Amino acid sequence: MSWAYITTVLIMTGINLLAVIGLSVLTGFTGLFSFGHAGFMAIGAYTSAILTVWLGVPYYLALLIAGLAAGLISLVIGRLTLKLKGDYFIIATLGFGESIRLLFNWFDPIGGSRGFRIPSEIHYTSLSDVIIINLIALILIANLINSRHGRNFKAIREEEMASQVIGINIFRYKMLSFFISAVLVGIAGGMLAHLTHFLIPRNFDMTKSTFLTIMVILGGLGSLSGSVIGTVVLTFIPEFLRNFNEWRYVIFGFLVVLVMVLRPKGLMGGYEISDLLRWVKRRLVRRRGEKNESA
Amino acid sequence: MSLLELRDVTKQFGGLVAVGDVSLTVEQGSIHGLIGPNGAGKTTLFNLITGIYGLSGGTILFEREPIDGLAPFRIAQKGITRTFQNIRLFKDLSVYDNVLTACHMNTKYSVVEALFRLPARNQGEKKLKQETEILLDIMNLTDRRDVSAGNLPYGFQRRLEIARAVALKPTLLLLDEPAAGMNPDETFELLEMIKQVKREFGLTVLIIEHHMDLIMNLCDRIMVLNFGRVLAEGSPIEIQNDPAVVQAYLGEGGNHDARY
Ligand SMILES: Nc1ncnc2c1ncn2[C@@H]1O[C@H](COP(=O)(O)OP(=O)(O)OP(=O)(O)O)[C@@H](O)[C@H]1O
Ligand SMILES: [Mg+2]
Repeated sequence: MSWAYITTVLIMTGINLLAVIGLSVLTGFTGLFSFGHAGFMAIGAYTSAILTVWLGVPYYLALLIAGLAAGLISLVIGRLTLKLKGDYFIIATLGFGESIRLLFNWFDPIGGSRGFRIPSEIHYTSLSDVIIINLIALILIANLINSRHGRNFKAIREEEMASQVIGINIFRYKMLSFFISAVLVGIAGGMLAHLTHFLIPRNFDMTKSTFLTIMVILGGLGSLSGSVIGTVVLTFIPEFLRNFNEWRYVIFGFLVVLVMVLRPKGLMGGYEISDLLRWVKRRLVRRRGEKNESA
Repeated sequence: MSLLELRDVTKQFGGLVAVGDVSLTVEQGSIHGLIGPNGAGKTTLFNLITGIYGLSGGTILFEREPIDGLAPFRIAQKGITRTFQNIRLFKDLSVYDNVLTACHMNTKYSVVEALFRLPARNQGEKKLKQETEILLDIMNLTDRRDVSAGNLPYGFQRRLEIARAVALKPTLLLLDEPAAGMNPDETFELLEMIKQVKREFGLTVLIIEHHMDLIMNLCDRIMVLNFGRVLAEGSPIEIQNDPAVVQAYLGEGGNHDARY
């Protein structure tokens, strides 16, 4: 394995991670499932590419605008669909994701189904870009989750009616959650565009959306640490299994099923790594206490 | 002064009149009881007051303003909240987080202030945490603050629901059978807690209960519903001696608590 290859896998992991952090807000913390977030990724990817290629906008600014573009669309989609009950919302996101893909497929000025190439003189997403952006995202989202707003997300996930009678405007918080997830997934799309330098609508299909959701679920709903672990595991496994060719997705699927059977709440199951550390610490303290008593 | 006023409130489900032409005035600072046999329409009345169901007829005034037609969260923001007969806690969250979540309106920091941990956020959170600890103390839940709400014993779950409701600092608190499933000791303890939170937070309480001791002991006034209609309204003594109530509900020495 060459260093260049390893770096690419790491960057890919980081891009997935950013998208999964975004989706984790929606699915893990607010309890809304989406099978259309590849659509937001596509919007972010194409927006950022158009900005850097045609308008010469700097990379980081282009990512920011790409995220906001995806966020803006999410507000429109959210207004139309977030009042729907759970299952209908899922179907609506699925329809949205596929429509976006077909739209890009059909729209010729940006290459249509033939794809859109980013010239090589334009910035390539680097490992440090990925690290910086993920750190910022993780800190901001952890801050949000640890606030009255983040707790309202969790309340909605747990019990919608009880949330309403304690004064939570559930529609507004669902919109906020959807918006945040779309912004992060949009930025991830922009980073992906500038990693591969070649965009093709086919890459943003339902499989991509499903893959993102699986990473959130496998890591454990309602746990940011879980999302990180789920993403790392699920991005690396297919790489390790490369020698198995077609079979690798069969093995991959089997492993996912296995984890869900053994740990139905996902790897982290609602806990954060910090919770585990606290638990270990408490154990040690108790152990020491017992020893002192018996001595 | 009247805090809550129902005027000819009606709710129909298809052909069934669950609540029919109910008028009721709840005085500021009072504890008002709501009793009646199963299916009398008591819970439906709570669902109407809190905006979970829309009215089929009549109006509801709170602090002299109509509130019917408002979304449930708006009614909560105006100062009315409740507990549920079939407990609805945030099951996977800890006892502490259940109450802390419900405090969310007692501070106003924005999403941006939350994202960047700005001073307004830190001050707000500190305030909420103090309030939460006080409430857990009053409701005797401090020992179990880290337990998931879903793993609490039944009686504690009911108490947690009250703590969560009081956390919004409501003006009017609706309790739907808060003592259901509790033994006499627990019921007595609950009675004292309700009195205490009422006093400390200056609440007005509307309570549905089947434990007659608790209702007669606690309430300033009582309304009796039967088949969705008002059967009687008055002080506990008046209710106990009302022939229609005795016949329809209290029964001749019949013990309605036996079902629970
Ligand atoms: N959503 C609904 N749809 C149809 N009928 C309903 C609905 N909610 C309540 N009802 C009916 O309205 C009537 C009153 O029910 P309600 O739950 O208000 O009674 P209750 O006085 O609270 O009784 P209990 O003491 O058993 O809690 C019952 O006949 C019930 O079946
Ligand atoms: Mg009831």
